[in-house]
Amino acid sequence: MDIDVNELLDEMSRNLAQNLSDAQCENPLFVGVRTGGVWIAQRLHEQLGGDGPSGELNIAFYRDDFSRIGLHPTVEPSNLPFDVNDRNLILVDDILYTGRTIRAAMNEIFDYGRPASIRLVVLVERGGRELPIQADVVGMRLSLKASEHVKLHGPDPLRLELYKAKP
Amino acid sequence: MNIQLDKHGRLKHFLSIEGLRRELLVDILDSAERFAPVGERAVKNVPLLRGKTVVNLFFEPSTRTRSTFELAAKRLSADIMNLNIEASATSKGESLSDTLRTLEAMNCDMFVVRHQNSGAAEFIANQVASHISVINAGDGRHAHPTQAMLDMLTIRRAKQNFEGLVVAIVGDVKHSRVARSEIQALNTLGVAEVRVVGPKTLIPSQVEALGTKVFHQIERGIAGADVVIMLRLQNERMQSALLPSAHEYFQAYGLTERRLKLAASDAIVMHPGPINRGVEIDSAIADGPQSVILQQVSNGIAVRMAVMAMAIGTQAIAGAN
Repeated sequence: MDIDVNELLDEMSRNLAQNLSDAQCENPLFVGVRTGGVWIAQRLHEQLGGDGPSGELNIAFYRDDFSRIGLHPTVEPSNLPFDVNDRNLILVDDILYTGRTIRAAMNEIFDYGRPASIRLVVLVERGGRELPIQADVVGMRLSLKASEHVKLHGPDPLRLELYKAKP
Repeated sequence: MNIQLDKHGRLKHFLSIEGLRRELLVDILDSAERFAPVGERAVKNVPLLRGKTVVNLFFEPSTRTRSTFELAAKRLSADIMNLNIEASATSKGESLSDTLRTLEAMNCDMFVVRHQNSGAAEFIANQVASHISVINAGDGRHAHPTQAMLDMLTIRRAKQNFEGLVVAIVGDVKHSRVARSEIQALNTLGVAEVRVVGPKTLIPSQVEALGTKVFHQIERGIAGADVVIMLRLQNERMQSALLPSAHEYFQAYGLTERRLKLAASDAIVMHPGPINRGVEIDSAIADGPQSVILQQVSNGIAVRMAVMAMAIGTQAIAGAN
């Protein structure tokens, strides 16, 4: 399946701009979840303009599966190069699946301070949520089975891959 | 088989640098880099080890090592209990294995052990229930692996990598568990040269076999060095007549501005603390621009967070399977 990620991004950025203006939300800050969410956040940030750098979250220390898989071997730490207190945040991830990553990301954000609001923007919502977490802006909705997966490759070019897990 | 590793080569106990691969040491340093920024946030802890219990089992007095382990555990959201064994049950005649059984019955997950006898941490690791991780916080003259790794992190942060570095370790190498672990870590990580510098009475015999060059003159020993690690001189060494006096030691081996000029111009100066100002190091150097002594302390928390999370994580995987 061929999906044009740039087309999705254009539409997401229009929808996000509309969402922000409806809510009279000004000067939002972008926060991407490593790794795919950071790429998407940077692209949306470029298209919409706005303040300062994008923040980057590595939720490895907030995952709920430490007791099953131990310490996650990842490289880059979180980096929020701004004060989140009383700011409107746009949290960006590539794939929304169970919602556990977003729960972990929000827990981490609150350890940096108390934002005024958080909006969730995702490139793909793939189905299979296990927590009451939903996105405000979605690039594309899929209904995948547990054995089917979608993965974002990048950063340049951004490419979505759909595949079935080997049994 | 190395008791420190599980069958997949993951860190289960951290007792010594000896026998650990370079990749694992680099893993510890990389993990520590990820934990370091946690200490700079508004909320200085992460929920990684929530619900885990760590016991500081100190048979020998310590302030900074004990408190940085305590802070590391707290920043990982673990519960931590400090046991000062000298003042506890062992002085009432309880045996070590009874003390260990008692702590196991309290459902602890990790023991951080400091002991005056070499090999104590490994002895305990062999004794405890299989779900418990043991971290060596210094045993006799044998090893102090977390101190060595925080020094490696400090060096890597200042110098980017280990290749080509000349490192001089100056002072009482003979009685130093820190030096022993540092020598192993530096050689495993692939520095160009490890030098040990000190009077004959304070350099162990056959230290060359560990991969070091021996110098008895500090001027020659630190010439061109990229890293100068000063060791603490313990007062009891003077009492045992290994040294004439603190003053004479400073004359012969103290790090002064004049001597430091012989090292590389961008050399860093390290010290595991606590410092004896005017005995092994001049105050002007300890507080000077080349000193990274306080960075060592901050890095110690990050390194201890990393090894605690790695070891308890390995045990968690074992428990889940």
